[in-house]
Amino acid sequence: MGVTAAQVLDQLDELRATVATADAVLPVGGRTHWEVGNPPTTGVEVRAPSGIVAYDPAELTVTVGAGTAVGDLAGALGEAGQECPLDPRAPAATVGGVVAAGLSGPRRLRYGPLRDRVLEVRFVTADGRLVKGGGPTVKNVTGYDVPRLLVGSLGTVGVITEVKLRCQPRPRVARWFETADDADSEAAAAGLQPVDDAPPWPAGAHRGRISVQPSRLRDLAPALDDVHGVLWLAEVGVGTVHVAADDPADLVAARAVATEHGGWLLREAGASGVDGFGGPLPNLAIVERIRAALDPTGKLSPGRLPGAPAPAAAAG
Amino acid sequence: MCFPSTGADVAAAVRIAADHDRPFVARGSGTGLAGGATPVGDPLVIVTTHLTRILEVDADDGYAWVEPGVLNLDLSRAVHHLGLHYAPDPSSQQACTIGGNVATNAGGPHCLASGVTAMHVFAVEVVLADGSITMLGGLEPDQAGYDLRGCFVGSEGTMGIATRIAVRLLPDPPAVRTLLLDFTSIEAAAATVSAIIADGIVPAALEMMDAEITRAVEDFVGAGYPRDAAAVLLVELDGLPAGVAAQVASVERIGIEQGARTVRVAADDAERALLWKGRKSAFGAISRIAPDYYLHDAVVPRTRLVDVLQRVYEIAAEYDLTMMNVFHAGDGNLHPLIVFDQREPGIWERVHAAGDAILRTCVDAGGVLSGEHGIGLEKREAMPMVFTADDLDVQARLRDAFDPSGRANPRKILPRGSRCGELQRVPEGAWV
Repeated sequence: MGVTAAQVLDQLDELRATVATADAVLPVGGRTHWEVGNPPTTGVEVRAPSGIVAYDPAELTVTVGAGTAVGDLAGALGEAGQECPLDPRAPAATVGGVVAAGLSGPRRLRYGPLRDRVLEVRFVTADGRLVKGGGPTVKNVTGYDVPRLLVGSLGTVGVITEVKLRCQPRPRVARWFETADDADSEAAAAGLQPVDDAPPWPAGAHRGRISVQPSRLRDLAPALDDVHGVLWLAEVGVGTVHVAADDPADLVAARAVATEHGGWLLREAGASGVDGFGGPLPNLAIVERIRAALDPTGKLSPGRLPGAPAPAAAAG
Repeated sequence: MCFPSTGADVAAAVRIAADHDRPFVARGSGTGLAGGATPVGDPLVIVTTHLTRILEVDADDGYAWVEPGVLNLDLSRAVHHLGLHYAPDPSSQQACTIGGNVATNAGGPHCLASGVTAMHVFAVEVVLADGSITMLGGLEPDQAGYDLRGCFVGSEGTMGIATRIAVRLLPDPPAVRTLLLDFTSIEAAAATVSAIIADGIVPAALEMMDAEITRAVEDFVGAGYPRDAAAVLLVELDGLPAGVAAQVASVERIGIEQGARTVRVAADDAERALLWKGRKSAFGAISRIAPDYYLHDAVVPRTRLVDVLQRVYEIAAEYDLTMMNVFHAGDGNLHPLIVFDQREPGIWERVHAAGDAILRTCVDAGGVLSGEHGIGLEKREAMPMVFTADDLDVQARLRDAFDPSGRANPRKILPRGSRCGELQRVPEGAWV
């Protein structure tokens, strides 16, 4: 995409130097999921290289600069009859951003979560080292699964520079269907009608994503309907519910519904006064030790995850 | 050594180890091939084989809570009547435990389409090195914060001991067909693998066996494998009946185009089972040839299969060893198998030297050290072949964040000197 390998190396050297010396670093992608979790505080904005690094359709893998827009990736894969079903709300989202935000697309029921798709990640650590986690092959148990640590880490583990993803042949035929009846599965199947597009994402300035055990959706959905002003889209069989509202108070009410049903709500946009996670992170002690070990001064995406890194002394 | 029968017992045992500042090692059935559960440094060995309860099965949400000592195949058998199965199916599935599968992130033939263990674990209750019990992951699709469950799977007992595991149960496919294709050259078989993938088909399983192993298996099982084939492919296709029928036709066509001598489509479940029995009995069949074998595990990009296999046979010739290959061709996961008799003087040196040469070949071809067996003790010192000191330092820090004491299964996975500045406190008596 008009960038030479030498330019990418220069860019990486500059990125490493910036990260190593800055007090606070904010990795920026397409700025489409900039507020997921807690919004970032201030810091030096840094960007990852973009463009296809390697793509061999016969391997069903593709390597991209983390700054590559998902829409551009889809275009390159489409030319070879393949796809990588990341499917973010906005195709301007970058691959690195989708990985950092831990976004699995609406086709997760069939194709699995994002974390199962990321084979190898290169990233710049807080002290400016360029490191690799994972490996290039579709099957790999060589060492600790660092890519899974990065998926959903919201820029707090490192600045992701390059991602290798598992892709797949595009199905010969793919259609969305809709049905009105949601109570009786047989009646629902009988009423299926083909439609042109995927269901629209719920629109609203204040948005979030509920995660709940899939069968709890049956009770959760009617309860959400009772919250005035909340639009929602549930992924049946997955347990993800995308919610949107014009009033931040409605997002808070949706969070209460999620909690009542054993789930939780991740704030994704708007509602600036609302806590991103609705409480302390699970296994906070382990999370804080990881952060202390990899980013002792807390310079990476400060503010985005609740809880501050443990004092640097803990890392030795 | 202790044999706890509840998760609380496991926690108590780990606490005793903590009180005495001793390392501990979890062990399942002991089928691991990389030495991950081998006790080193005089640890407390905590054997999980008495934790065999299937605690809950939920057909609606497709999961089961199991204790770590449940055998892999026993779980699939227990949920068979519900039309469900547990997908990862290592060759040792009759003997290996789910806990061990989690520790090694185990694979199997059906991981080509279904994915390895990490993709089938929703949650793990873990006893950490200080004896505390915590839950990693959950039944909801995403958890807040880091994917600690994802970090734990495949950590070979170095982050703690699993005491309860929520695994995914998949619905049995409505239609399954199994095909056996036989070839007069390995190259044609490998080209068929690539052509199937290039055609947009991702089979449920796609296995290759070379001439030597095919003959050994046929003499052992009598599955009707052609004894004079240079290579055979076992292809399994599953899904909805119409789609499977179309894919069977495509694979038959591709096979013939690529030079398959015959394409045999199993007529019924009995014939399917027989074809699979051949594949899964491969390692047993070898005992008819020589008393010992060293099974390797490495992954290369699919497109490099032919080059790498050729080099593997050359290595066997260079070291005057008998080499067989039976492996997961669809995902490039090689299992070169060196058969030998350890009574032969000097044989171990040759076996190890050949093994090192094979690993180097796979890494040079863009591959990795292990696809499904793990690193354990076996490949620990080979880790610098694929990771830099900085890469390993990050892994060491991640490991130590789960276990700051360094007592959980020490000396596994990471080579000595992985920690820049060696952050880890070395416990008394540990052999690090």
